[in-house]
Amino acid sequence: MSEQTTIRMPDTSKLVVSSSPHYHDMGSIPKIMFTVLAALAPAVFASIYFFGWRALLVLSVCMVSCAAIEALLCRLMRRRISIGDGSALVTGLLLGMTLPVTSPLWMCIVGSFIAIGLGKMVYGGLGGNPFNPASVGRVALLLACPSAMTTWVTVSGCALNKWVVDATTGATPLELVAQNQPGPGFWSLFLGNIGGSIGETCTLALIVGGVFLIALKIIRWQIPVFFIGTVFLITGIAYMVSPCPKFNPMTHVLSGGLMLGAFFMATDMVTSPLNRKGAVVFAIGCGIITTIIRLWGSYPEGISYAILIMNALTPLIDRYTAGRPFGVARKASQKNA
Amino acid sequence: MSVLKEFTKGIWKENPVLVLMLGMCPTLAVSTSAKNALGMGIATTFVLAGSNVVISWVRKFIPSNVRIPCYIVVIAVFVTIVEMLMGAYAPAELNKTLGIYIPLIVVNCIVLGRAEAFASKNGAFASMLDGLGMGLGFTLALMALGGVREFLSAGTLFEYVVVPGWPDFLLFKLPAGAFIVLATFLAIMNYRRIRKAEREGTSYTPPEMDCSRCHICK
Repeated sequence: MSEQTTIRMPDTSKLVVSSSPHYHDMGSIPKIMFTVLAALAPAVFASIYFFGWRALLVLSVCMVSCAAIEALLCRLMRRRISIGDGSALVTGLLLGMTLPVTSPLWMCIVGSFIAIGLGKMVYGGLGGNPFNPASVGRVALLLACPSAMTTWVTVSGCALNKWVVDATTGATPLELVAQNQPGPGFWSLFLGNIGGSIGETCTLALIVGGVFLIALKIIRWQIPVFFIGTVFLITGIAYMVSPCPKFNPMTHVLSGGLMLGAFFMATDMVTSPLNRKGAVVFAIGCGIITTIIRLWGSYPEGISYAILIMNALTPLIDRYTAGRPFGVARKASQKNA
Repeated sequence: MSVLKEFTKGIWKENPVLVLMLGMCPTLAVSTSAKNALGMGIATTFVLAGSNVVISWVRKFIPSNVRIPCYIVVIAVFVTIVEMLMGAYAPAELNKTLGIYIPLIVVNCIVLGRAEAFASKNGAFASMLDGLGMGLGFTLALMALGGVREFLSAGTLFEYVVVPGWPDFLLFKLPAGAFIVLATFLAIMNYRRIRKAEREGTSYTPPEMDCSRCHICK
């Protein structure tokens, strides 16, 4: 019996040689963007329910014009047309959701142009923008047309049988509390039976969408939790010191653009800090600035300003919260940082 | 021919605002409407031409160590004249809008820059043409900016309604609008130059009078 040793060579056809990272979750920009769109769907339905079908028109015009403007600018810049990644649609939808339902359509188109053109494409497209494009569009429109941007309709229950709810103008809960009058009750605020921008009123729908995104790990839970928590804490302390409607923490948390901003705008991957520690700093900063503007500023609402200001600070936050690479001694990493 | 070139270079090729990037402060602040821009442009042109001539006359007598204070004194004389003339003859409303920006022409980079870069090295006639050309270039650039801003914010030009029913769009009246319009202008200028250089097979270099070559703040 002859013993013959054979050296078994591995089957090279089954070996894959690649550089790291070796594991990824097959995520892609279109996948993320269309998930965000899906997460915004409940809020869109709520807005049509409370404001009438014109809400859908405003949102569609914003989305279509954002995509069209991005395609046009890509063509002018001789770049690959990048509307397939869906980010322009998300920007358009978010911008539309921050406008009043009565906004004229030219305003939607101009706002989209500012959001995509000046907020994103001039910096080189998605990933290069320091500021959240939808917030840029909203703030520009707020500066440009202050009266059209603060004309609110009065909401009273289901408006599915109407084009737009009755044209009587009313005040938003935040405008009421800024004048130290009591805002609407908890359920009105929670369900969105109040005046305001198209997509910001229905807290329930926004929380559902936000939790969906957190469960899919598309956004960090730290940003909405610390953002909303900071607003609640500061207004809560103010309310305990002087219990008047102006400082009511429940009204402040449930009304205005806080839910929309905290779940969908502050969590923008491009313009928020890279790691958890940074995200907490970012969110607390957003909360503090929002509360300061709401309580002591001349505007009743300050979410978009707070987000833009903290967007500007994001590179700095990233710099000071950068993690220590594995294996690097603590002292050495600090010296190099 | 070369004398004429001193006049025309300021209008387009070495436009103080759009190419040399001088005098940004009045450019951004005063270009809210075409009328304000025109008023500011005329005042600056007068100061520029006058100070260039005087500085060119006395350039041989000024010790180089104290030349900047001397230029400032000469410029301040002309600015004072302009301020008094405007107070006496310009429309009160325009005078009020331009306000502090008229006295501030004293420290306008264009005026000081041309004194240092041109008038202190050239004859009086050439300096005057240079000043007039640069002033005209400044006025035109300011009017273009002011015109675009006024049109976009209210649909008017020189307060004449061009498009009736144009909705108020205050953004372009605000400082943010000034930056947006100026940046768009500069982007278009640079785009044209880069394209031109590409066609000629060269790369675009800024003209000789950019900040790195100017030795005022050395």
